[in-house]
Amino acid sequence: MEQVQLLGMWLSPYSYRVIWALQLKGIAYEYIEEDLSNKSPLLLQCNPVHKKIPVLIHSGKPICESSVILEYIEEIWPQNSLLPCDPYERAIARFWIKFADDKGPIVWKICGTRGEERQKVIEESLEMLKTIEEHGLGDKKFFGGDKISMVDIAFGGLAYWPGVIEKVLGRNLLEAHKFPRLHAWTKNFKEVPEIKENLPDFGRLLKRQT
Amino acid sequence: MAVVKLFGAWTSPYFYRVIWALKLKGIPYECIEEDLLNKSPLLLQYNPVHKKIPVLVHDGKPICESTIIPQYIEEIWPQPSLLPSDPYERAMARFWIKFADDKLILLALSPSISKMYRASGEEQEKAVKYILEMLETMEDHGLIGGKKFFGGDKISMVDMAFGAVAHWLGVIEDAAGLKIFEAHKFPRLQSWIQNFKEVPIIKENLTDRDKMFALLKRRREMLLASK
Repeated sequence: MEQVQLLGMWLSPYSYRVIWALQLKGIAYEYIEEDLSNKSPLLLQCNPVHKKIPVLIHSGKPICESSVILEYIEEIWPQNSLLPCDPYERAIARFWIKFADDKGPIVWKICGTRGEERQKVIEESLEMLKTIEEHGLGDKKFFGGDKISMVDIAFGGLAYWPGVIEKVLGRNLLEAHKFPRLHAWTKNFKEVPEIKENLPDFGRLLKRQT
Repeated sequence: MAVVKLFGAWTSPYFYRVIWALKLKGIPYECIEEDLLNKSPLLLQYNPVHKKIPVLVHDGKPICESTIIPQYIEEIWPQPSLLPSDPYERAMARFWIKFADDKLILLALSPSISKMYRASGEEQEKAVKYILEMLETMEDHGLIGGKKFFGGDKISMVDMAFGAVAHWLGVIEDAAGLKIFEAHKFPRLQSWIQNFKEVPIIKENLTDRDKMFALLKRRREMLLASK
């Protein structure tokens, strides 16, 4: 039995956050795909409070919530560090990870809404992207500077989901001329080998949304 | 000039999360009270993304978010410790801190936006239901094993994250004329509230109950009258 197991779901960007962290640190793990319409007894036992994925199980002990799992992984396997060493820079990183957690999900609501509500959700999403572009990313290649870090992983869903949403909506969302820095970031992020090799299939995602 | 400044508002349990962390560690700081209806240019400069309190300013550098600030404080001033040393226990603590943050916002256990004392009828019922669910989770999952505090024998960042439940909930209930937390239904939580409020630093640093009750009552009357 693998010492590290990950209960995940292919549609979930939160599941991918953990995959990317494990891959970037070269940690061997067993991946278990969960059917969320029929949750396994293991999942319910490991996450009785939320009954959600992802759940990391390390030597039999479960850790829940993707941002909590990321911090745990960083502490247990410090190689290829995903957080800055400076406490102030670390506080800034945590600020943006929390922002990704709290505000990021608005984007996933676009496809599930219609008419006026959808318009409102789109506007809120664009505002959120603008905040990330101006305050979070600035002129940096990645959120933490030159290297990929936990903040990029936390925002990772934005590197591929907008493309799917744009196809469904028939309109642009993350346009290069409106969000030049964020747009460049999505390319830089997806070029990192461990990310490139671990992205959900675009066609499969699109099929699921339509 | 003080090295540590804290921007806050006397009604906010999020503000108190930081006060408790600073005081438990014996860190001197200058407190700057913000009028939330007329925010200072300095606050807007320090927290341009959310424009909210609390904000800690350390040597001129701002740190925002009441669950992130205590972690920063813990790293700069490690003693006495407010997080476990074991990484797994620390992950458990972070899980509960996130739970507190997510649920308290949803329930708006912040006096300025609490649905419970503002609304009546369906909206209020919904808010009450959410609160009860949160309290049940805390009782059944957070405090199992008869622990004195969420992390064991000592007060920690998790207890402080749930501070709103120990003090602010009661005032909001009274202002709204509701009874949600019943001690006999939540025996572990009741013990925790008593243990928490008996810690000297906590006891001496809680928002004035009467002052807040008066404020909430006034606001509620205004809101109900305007409908």
